[in-house]
Amino acid sequence: MSDLAFYLGQAFNGLSVAGILLLAALGLSLSFGLMRVINLAHGELLMLGGYLAFVAQRAIPGDVGFLAALPLAFVGAGALGAALYQTVIRRLEGRPLDTLLATWGVSLILQQAARSAFGATGVEAVSPRALQGAWTLSGSLQGLTISWLRLFIIGLAALTLAGVWLFFQRTRLGREARAVQQDRDMAQALGIDAERVNRTVFALGAGVAGLAGACLAFLAPVTPTVGMSYVVDAFLVVIVGGVGSVVGAALAALAVGGLSAAAQAVTSASVAKTLLLAATIALLQIRPQGLLPQRTREG
Amino acid sequence: MNRSSFSARRALAAAVFVLLAGCSGGGSASESTASDSIPVGVLHSLTGTMAISEIPVRDATLLAIQEINAAGGVLGKPLEPIVEDGASEPATFAQKAQKLIQQDHAAAVFGGWTSASRKAMLPVFEANKALLWYPVQFEGNECSPNIFYLGAQPNQQILPALDWSFEQKLTKIYLLGSDYVFPRTANLILKKHIEDRGGVVAGEDYVPLGGTDFSSVINKIKAAGPQIIFNTLNGDSNVAFFKQLQAEGLTAEALPVISFSIAEQEAKAMGPSLVAGHYAAWNYFQSLPGAPNEKFVAAYRAAYGADQVVDDPMEAGYVAVYLWRQAVEKAGSTDPEAVRKAAWGLTMDAPEGPVGIADNQSLSKAVRVGKLLPDGQFEVIWGTDAPVAPEPYDPLAFPGKSCGWGGGA
Repeated sequence: MSDLAFYLGQAFNGLSVAGILLLAALGLSLSFGLMRVINLAHGELLMLGGYLAFVAQRAIPGDVGFLAALPLAFVGAGALGAALYQTVIRRLEGRPLDTLLATWGVSLILQQAARSAFGATGVEAVSPRALQGAWTLSGSLQGLTISWLRLFIIGLAALTLAGVWLFFQRTRLGREARAVQQDRDMAQALGIDAERVNRTVFALGAGVAGLAGACLAFLAPVTPTVGMSYVVDAFLVVIVGGVGSVVGAALAALAVGGLSAAAQAVTSASVAKTLLLAATIALLQIRPQGLLPQRTREG
Repeated sequence: MNRSSFSARRALAAAVFVLLAGCSGGGSASESTASDSIPVGVLHSLTGTMAISEIPVRDATLLAIQEINAAGGVLGKPLEPIVEDGASEPATFAQKAQKLIQQDHAAAVFGGWTSASRKAMLPVFEANKALLWYPVQFEGNECSPNIFYLGAQPNQQILPALDWSFEQKLTKIYLLGSDYVFPRTANLILKKHIEDRGGVVAGEDYVPLGGTDFSSVINKIKAAGPQIIFNTLNGDSNVAFFKQLQAEGLTAEALPVISFSIAEQEAKAMGPSLVAGHYAAWNYFQSLPGAPNEKFVAAYRAAYGADQVVDDPMEAGYVAVYLWRQAVEKAGSTDPEAVRKAAWGLTMDAPEGPVGIADNQSLSKAVRVGKLLPDGQFEVIWGTDAPVAPEPYDPLAFPGKSCGWGGGA
């Protein structure tokens, strides 16, 4: 395997990690940007997506199960997100610390529920035959393989990003969401139903987290605590990207994924993680608001 | 920038703090201990990343306790198992061990899996002069008078596996492990022996415990081009590693992996098709012949279901209770110091074959290499003829250190 093949492989790996991170962080960035809600149960929405993918594959064997898994994870996690908004978050409007505690409680409840329903042992989903295996290059790039599944996940992340961006730029609801984000009182005075907007955006973010969970289920086991391990990385992406910024989150996911892959090329995964956290601290010293902070009247 | 944005950022910081601090806790089990029964502690991770491996060990330990109770108990008294959850957190293990010893007055504690959990419990057992019966293979380089080590020492698992690997002419080796004390020390020992025998260490890599992204690791493995991977990953990470290895098109024929923490249970949970054709080194395999093993497998299945499988640490957890009973009956008391001395030199016809407790409180036991079949069972393809005496301190990696209390054997 040549050096070039190795480094190209690492670049691809960085992109692949970035794709998953983006899916995991996007919803968090949206809910924080729009509502100033720190949703500690976000990881559990991701976990739910993973379990739904597993359930879909159990119920519908074969490749159709895979096709069903993604929409089911999106809709299921989105529905739970809407319910969470309606029952908990809406009632704690403007009380960030209370929301923090309440969503943390919800996260513990959901973890225990998953443990009761699926057991403490991880479950997993099997990728369809078309996505198993890899594209093997030859010649000067001998040894470089591009896994179809990872390519698929990168594509899905890019599509999701484009979809969310279009939602905010092109749809009426998206424009209303931006109006609410920029100045909630003014938007309401103009007749925008802020609560409906919030609920929709929250459910959308939850649905994207569900998609992330479904993707993960094809790469790694889904356990009751899988959300815990990903929500920390998702927060990292949100903080680095600048809260509430879709493009910022995408840039941050690329930066985090790329840096992690670059660091792992020369050192171990554990040291790479340390370097990543150190780099984040350094970045926040220079740009405390993250890469692309959202400017709003409410702040 | 105004106040609300400032407080929002502080709240975000608080969120991260809460997450990093993690949530530990969990309920504790029964309280009362009747004076006509002997309380014993069973301490394993029933939740978290290690639950996949540890729950079956708890079940095997409880099976031995039930069998002993059905046969009349120990010193004429029934055993009362008190089960606690270590939650895959070393600190929780230490705290629960303390609770079992001080509050429940457990005569002995059977438990632990990761070396991190054992290292966390060690000072608790030494300070309370209590006994821990630890059922898992480990890295050696430790010898406490308050612990009985029922799993393999390095010279009873990883080094025989190296013998096998060199016999197969697989001498260019990649070392991959979870980032904690067992893989680090095991690989330290392996590196010395690989170099000593003229082999090549193609690379060495560690992933945080529970880590699930192996893309970079696999890329590095491909670049290094080893003939075999020595895998000391633990817990759920193994599923992610083998899945991603398979997704890259690396088959067991092209690049075999020999694992030291994947046994029948893990293979079953992972789906055997994922790991079929790869290897594992253990002292016990479910497929071993012999009456004690047939009896053990049948009893386990009768208790927990006909589709259940058993593995090496479960067998050690099962054997531990029987050896402890032998020692208590020999000593005529459950006093830890008396039990400890009585235990030296005891032997047993265990499911894995004859074992004996050496005076360094580890077992002499035979070593095997198995190849995983698509049905989730191992075909034993290599083994030592006789039990191997335990060596807590590898002479090459830790010269001049030894351990033993000169009793028994």
